[in-house]
Formats: sequence, structure tokens, C-alpha cells
Amino acid sequence: MIKIESITGTCIPLLLDDIDTDRIIPARFLRCVTFEGLGEHAFEDDRIQDPDHPFDKPQFQNASILIGGRNFGCGSSREHAPQSLIRWGIKAIIAESYAEIFFGNCTSLGVPAVCASRETLETLDQTVQSHPEQEVTVDLLTMKINCGDQQFDCTLPENARAALTTGTYDFLAQLLKSTSEIKEQAATVPYFTSFA
Amino acid sequence: MSNTKNLFDKVWDLHTVKTLDSGQDQLLIGLHLIHEVTSPQAFEMLRDRGLKVLFPERTVATVDHIVPTLNQSRPFADNLAEQMMTAIEKNCSEFGITLLDVEDSRQGIVHVVGPEQGLTQPGMTIVCGDSHTSTHGAFGSIALGIGTSQVAHVLATQTMALGRPKVRQILINGELGPGVTAKDITLYVIRKLGVQGGVGYAYEYAGEVFDRMSMEERMTVCNMSIEGGARCGYINPDQTTVDYLKGRPSSPEGAAFEKAADWWLSLASGPDAKFDDVVEFDAADIEPTVTWGITPAQSVGISETLAPIASYPKDEQTLIKEAFRYMEFEENQPIKGQKIDVAFIGSCTNSRISDLREAAKVVQGRHVSEHVKALVVPGSQLVRKQAIEEGLDKIFTDAGFEWREAGCSMCLAMNPDKLVGNELCASSSNRNFKGRQGSPTGRTLLMSPTMVAAAAINGCVSDVREMLNAVPV
Repeated sequence: MIKIESITGTCIPLLLDDIDTDRIIPARFLRCVTFEGLGEHAFEDDRIQDPDHPFDKPQFQNASILIGGRNFGCGSSREHAPQSLIRWGIKAIIAESYAEIFFGNCTSLGVPAVCASRETLETLDQTVQSHPEQEVTVDLLTMKINCGDQQFDCTLPENARAALTTGTYDFLAQLLKSTSEIKEQAATVPYFTSFA
Repeated sequence: MSNTKNLFDKVWDLHTVKTLDSGQDQLLIGLHLIHEVTSPQAFEMLRDRGLKVLFPERTVATVDHIVPTLNQSRPFADNLAEQMMTAIEKNCSEFGITLLDVEDSRQGIVHVVGPEQGLTQPGMTIVCGDSHTSTHGAFGSIALGIGTSQVAHVLATQTMALGRPKVRQILINGELGPGVTAKDITLYVIRKLGVQGGVGYAYEYAGEVFDRMSMEERMTVCNMSIEGGARCGYINPDQTTVDYLKGRPSSPEGAAFEKAADWWLSLASGPDAKFDDVVEFDAADIEPTVTWGITPAQSVGISETLAPIASYPKDEQTLIKEAFRYMEFEENQPIKGQKIDVAFIGSCTNSRISDLREAAKVVQGRHVSEHVKALVVPGSQLVRKQAIEEGLDKIFTDAGFEWREAGCSMCLAMNPDKLVGNELCASSSNRNFKGRQGSPTGRTLLMSPTMVAAAAINGCVSDVREMLNAVPV
């Protein structure tokens, strides 16, 4: 796996709270057996109703860092949500906080989902709105967000940071190493042995 | 063993295979439930890497999200839905997994089927690619919703990597008022603690209110833990749990059942158990509750009015304003009397036999308001069969409800059951997100199944307590 130490790119601002995964990818697009093609439907219902939605604005079309609010990705566990954002072009998210299943999905897909203060998010939002071409770097080694001559702190739980920066976020490879220990552990769990 | 350990810690420790370099635990999974929406890509991941399912007997599949509820004969009219059905059939057959398909009399919503079959048991770690897996915590298990990549991890290794959450006890003692249900309790807790109040926590629901509940009521409460941001929710196993499981198809039998029951009861958090946090509520403060906004925390008691935007903390006002706009509601209006267009009784939150019985009591001898489209979607084929045996279907259809086949239906509208335009739906489901019920501008009011029944009859949001003792005319 590739080590993910930093992400640099332009941003797309979506500084709203409690964005749920039904909004990120409405359920009707989950009628599929692969994740291909989900990118174009990201936020589709919000976009239909809001002609000014950032995902439709030309200046944000090449953005790779999404700026969100509080409790981003709440609701359904659908991995289709981060998969659709990735396919749209998102490589990192900066938000005030995340729902846990969404956060776990992002990490396992190699998308850093870092937290920043409301003040930082508001500053980034204003900067990006007025200068959409401004490149921003999310640095996971220093846990800083660099935006021109401004620098902000961000946070990421250490286990996610370690997994991303050491390229071990594909947990499957690690889990597979323990097959014999898994079987040994299972033998100690009463219901695995039918309460024998 | 130390008696300061709560149930969560006991069960977590028992299932910890090792701690990974990242600091997360590698957690052994006792029961893996899968459905047609979040599993096909996981099986593809296995194929790509040439992997097999490590414990195929510990995964059980059913179909629920996309199944139509009017006509379930194959092939489905929706070609995409039919493709998903074919995919799960092929995957289960190839990897040796039991599938409860639409032709199987045990099919239904995955979170109704697991407990009904006795697959869900205390002390288990249970996962499913579905956030409402928290439902199974009602049995005193650690039950977690997971993403599709993790579904692949569990298929291949029967384990997953997970950070250990903290544990918050939600303590509710006292007497509930008449007409106040498990759904009202869970909506009340979410309202008080917020939709992200539970982030970082597992919830233990404890106290007299939960002790007195049936298993089905406990499932309703645990189901919506996720809407409060909690990683999962659980209730300690007791005699009610043991009695529910006795004789279920997948429950242990004979001497093994006695042994299992002793072990299950031993897992309960004792009086000295420690928690990272304790929050206490009084049962008497809870009234029938209805959401009015676009998150499950935006709710009011039925006798309340919608508080004005200015009364909320400043950092919440943008969202509250958007909720008023989307829902087309006015500040200070009462919720009671709000005209509805659709009434939906169903979903993994409230589609079990006791939900249908209670709703039928409200409906019996009355008729659905002329302008309301009302439907009842049982949670499983067995719930449906039981309801028919009790004559509940007739009560509902006589009153003007549509009586459907089992599935998730209009909770998330992946099948043909959808709101149209900006219809307003009184719904016994779990999410009132924008567009959740299938129309991008559709509007949802979450409430208990009895409150949905009352709204269907009166054509508007109603206080079911006024109908409980009234003789129908």
C-alpha cells in the first residue's frame, strides 16, 4: 500500500453540519454491484435543489480536499458514500467531526479525514470561496494544514494516522496474518464451540 | 473475574485476538449478517485476492433493501434490483453461505430475522454492512454496523480492526406514562444528547424502564443508537432475554441451552460495573415524541410547539433554519394537527409483531383518512404470517391500509415504495434525512407505530393517548 503522508490540492467548501450519507449518495444509486460510476451522483439530490451547490461550480471541479462541518457522514454505513466522493475526485476531508462508521470507511480506503476547529474551517472556507485556485496541504506527519502563508492545526486519531502514514490502512493484509490465532481465540469463545 | 467490568468490556476482551500495530484491536466476530446492497463488492474483493470465507457457517444472508413489497415473484421488474439478487445468490452459493432468499419463509429485514431465528445471542460480537446492526445489542451483544471493505475483512478472516469505544450508561428509571413507547424513549434520548452525542461511545441502556421491556421493545431502542452517534447500544441480558431465545431455531438446545443461559446472564454489568460516563433521565418526563426536522434529534413531544430558531444555540441555527425551510414548517407552530399525506408502519425499528399488534389496536374499528396513503410492511415473512394468523392484516386492510410483503420498503425507498414530491410521511422508521424516503423533496416525521396509526386515521399528526381509551365511532 502507498504511504499517505500528505495530500495537496485545491478545496471544495461544504461547511454544513450533519451531512448524512443519504445526501452524499442517495439510496437509489446503491442499486449496483460495483462502486463504478458513483462519482457523478455525489450529492445528486442536494444539487438538483440547489443551483449554487459547490459540486456543480466550475471553479471547484478539480478540487481534491473537501471542507465539511460537524458530524460529517452520519447515518447509513454505506461505503458507497466515500466511494462516490473518491470517484468524484476527493482525496482528503477536513471537517469539525465525523460519524464513526464513515470515518472508518474513509480510513480503510486511504482517505484521511482530519478534524479542524470551527475557526480554521471558517477561515479555509472564506479563503477557498474567494481564491478557489489556492492549494492546500494536509500534512499527516506534522498534523498541520498549510494554506498559502497560513498554517492550522488538525487532528486525526493516532491509529488512523499510523495506518495511513505507514501504508497499512488496508487492514485485510494484517488481519490475514493471524489466521491461526483467530482459530485459537475462537476455540475459547463458548458459543463458537456450541457451549460444549 | 473483576466485577467492575461492564458487559461491553467483558465481551470485547473475550473476542480480542490481538492488538494491531495501529493500536486498534483485531476483534473476532461471532455472527456476520449480510444483505444484497453492501455485500457484492466485498465478494469481488475476495475474488480479486483469491480468498475464501474463513467461517462460512458464521455468516448468514438475507435480502431486504431492494425487494419489492407488492409482487416478489422473480425476475423483479427493476432490472438493477434483479442483478443484485442474482449477485447475492451466486456469491452465497459459491462461498458456502446460507441465504434466506425471497422464496424462503424466514426471509425479512436482516435485523428482524437475526433475533427471530435465534441467530442473535448475548455475548456475541455481531456485524453487518448496515448501520442499524445496533439493533442486536438488545440481547447484550456488541453489534456494529460496518462498511463494505470491512464486510470483506470479516468474510476472509472472521475478524476486523477496530478501536475500542468508551462506554456510557444511559439510566432511565421511573414510570412511563400511558401511550409512551420504546420509540419515544429512543427519540427522547437522541433529542437530549444530540445526533453526535454518542460519538466515541457504546451505549448501555439500563434502569427499570429497560428491565421491564420486552425484547422487541429493547430492539427498537438499540436500533436507533446509531442515530444518536453511538457506535452501538446494548441492554444487559436477563430472564426476558433467555425466555425469548428458548426454542428459537438457532438457539442452543437441551443442556447446552442451560449452559448458554448461565453464561449469558453472567455477562451482565454488575452493580459495581464502571462506566466512562453515566447520563440519567426520568421516565416520567417522556411523552409521545415526533421529529419535525431533518435529523433524528430535531423532535418534540406531541404537546409542544416548534421552538423558534433564535431559541437555539447560535452554532445550530443554520441547520435549524434549513430544517424549517425543507420541512415547510413555521416557527412556534404545534406539531399536533399537522396534515400528513402518507403513513408508513415498518422498518427494522418498528415492524415486529408487537408493533403491528399495538398499531392494530389503534386502527381497529376506524378508517384511514381519505387523503392519506397508508401502508403496513411487516419486518419478516414470519411476522407477516403471525399477523395474518391473528387477523391483524384484516384489521389494517378493513381500515384502508395496504398490507404488504416483508422488506425495508419506504424506510429508505430502494424498492418501488417511495414518497412523491414533497409528500409528508408519518413513519415508524429511523431516519428523517432529506430525501430519505425516495423523493428528493419528500418529508418524514418519525414517530412510534401507534402514533403513525393515529396520524393515518386522523389525517394529521395526533396524540395517540386521546385515542387509546376512546371508543371508535
